[in-house]
Amino acid sequence: MARVTANHVFPLFSRILHWVMAVLILAMLLIGIAMVAALDDYHRLVSIHKPLGILILILVAVRLINRLFQPPPPLPEAMPAWQQFIAHASHFVLYGLMFALPLVGWGMLSAARYPIVLYGTLELPPILPHSLALYTALRGTHTVLAYLLFLTFLAHFGAAMMHALIYRDGVFQSMASWRARRDKS
Amino acid sequence: MQSDPDPSRKYGLPSLADVGTLVRLAAIGVMALVFVVAFAAAAGWLSPARLTQDKMMDAFTDANGPHPGFRRNHAKGVCGTGTFQSNGKGERLSSAAEFKSGEMPVVGRFAFAGGQPFVADGSGIVRSLALSFRPPHGEEWRTGMLDIPVFPVRDPEAFYEQMVASLPDPATGKPNPEKMEAFRAAHPETVRAFGIIGKHPFSSDFANETYNALNAFRFVNAAGAVTPVRWSVVPEAPPAPPDRPADQDKNYLFDALVAAVHQGPLRWHLILTVGQPGDPTGDATLPWPDDREHVDVGTVTIDHIEAEAPGNCRDVNYDPLVLPAGIKPSDDPLLSARSAAYSESFRLRAGEPKTPSAVQIGAEGGK
Repeated sequence: MARVTANHVFPLFSRILHWVMAVLILAMLLIGIAMVAALDDYHRLVSIHKPLGILILILVAVRLINRLFQPPPPLPEAMPAWQQFIAHASHFVLYGLMFALPLVGWGMLSAARYPIVLYGTLELPPILPHSLALYTALRGTHTVLAYLLFLTFLAHFGAAMMHALIYRDGVFQSMASWRARRDKS
Repeated sequence: MQSDPDPSRKYGLPSLADVGTLVRLAAIGVMALVFVVAFAAAAGWLSPARLTQDKMMDAFTDANGPHPGFRRNHAKGVCGTGTFQSNGKGERLSSAAEFKSGEMPVVGRFAFAGGQPFVADGSGIVRSLALSFRPPHGEEWRTGMLDIPVFPVRDPEAFYEQMVASLPDPATGKPNPEKMEAFRAAHPETVRAFGIIGKHPFSSDFANETYNALNAFRFVNAAGAVTPVRWSVVPEAPPAPPDRPADQDKNYLFDALVAAVHQGPLRWHLILTVGQPGDPTGDATLPWPDDREHVDVGTVTIDHIEAEAPGNCRDVNYDPLVLPAGIKPSDDPLLSARSAAYSESFRLRAGEPKTPSAVQIGAEGGK
């Protein structure tokens, strides 16, 4: 297995953000698809879905800023250009969806004139006017984007496992290493 | 792993001749499949027998026919707006902004229960009043109330079974009496509830009717004390027995309501019924004892009435779990199911073409 060297590992804060968000987003997708069918559990699930979505929106903003200050390690030079392109493009799509889904969710609730209660008296203001046409468009978009995020997640997971088990090039370890970033060269 | 002459070679197609590679590829496939199965299980695709929002919506369409753009239930209605003047007496039970002394706008909707938007008015049809209280700084409260004393079914499954059992038989065009009998035999609580509902007199008009929130809620006050509460709005106009034949104008009850509002504001008192330990909170078919404390917490005034139109009550989902911070759901299973079904009905009708509602306000007001 390729050696994991200092500049091939994500900074610790980036790794923490990645794994925390991985768990939250996966939970969010499962809660989302469950609640649109549910009757008995609907309220419980919706009451988690809304604040969790806003938490993910905050975390992805933190993550983008963190990424600007602590850029990710480069991909292995030996990786073919087209694979590198797909890797970067898929990360771009993931970031886009992590921003878009909570914002579309917030927008569609605003357009439906649902109060957006996070907890207790903590409420978010509406970001769009009351309009059934807007709500319909955004509600449909929310579903499409959620399926897209699940598919992109599957591709991301599959690619990570290919790097871990088939290519064995240290790309998976760059995010999955438990160790602190080592300083020795 | 050492010096490979061409390190990029390993990024090509994996060699399927190598057993180790095959096993690892299979492992990746299995792990991905676990996520797909988890997703499918969460979606309910693996448990087709489970009652879902879709099935509930389909049952409404089967019972009433398709009526695009309208609510799947409580389809025929009219919008009434006004104010709620809180007298502050509710504060000892709930910290909700609604119960602090003061006035706030209210957006309401009067309707008939049932999914037929053009049904002819009749004094035997269950009537509803939905209200949205809008305090100045958030904490909106929405409630849908009925003019019956208890709800006929205990949970969403029974609601669905009753609707399916009542569907007209394709052969006779009438509900199948055997299916109805089987439902009643399986649901003695519904038989008991209909006994109570049958003894309850309907009032002559929308304007002099009492509307009850049949589900229990938990009121939480500023000190954190929790009290089970049901509420009603009780009219200032004296109730009267139904006095007109149903065969006049097909909107005669709604027209009378419109005329009454045009004559002067209509007022109801918001009455909280304070439950005691042991009072059933999880079963809306059961009444609470008559001697429970009633607290008059303020006055709902409806002084303006208008036909359903874009942006008014037509476009509000009166989801009973839109609650202020000082009101929490109880263990009543109808609450979450109502919230889900109303929201799905709202999602469906929001995307459908609109037809003008049956109840329109004429130039002279009322006709």
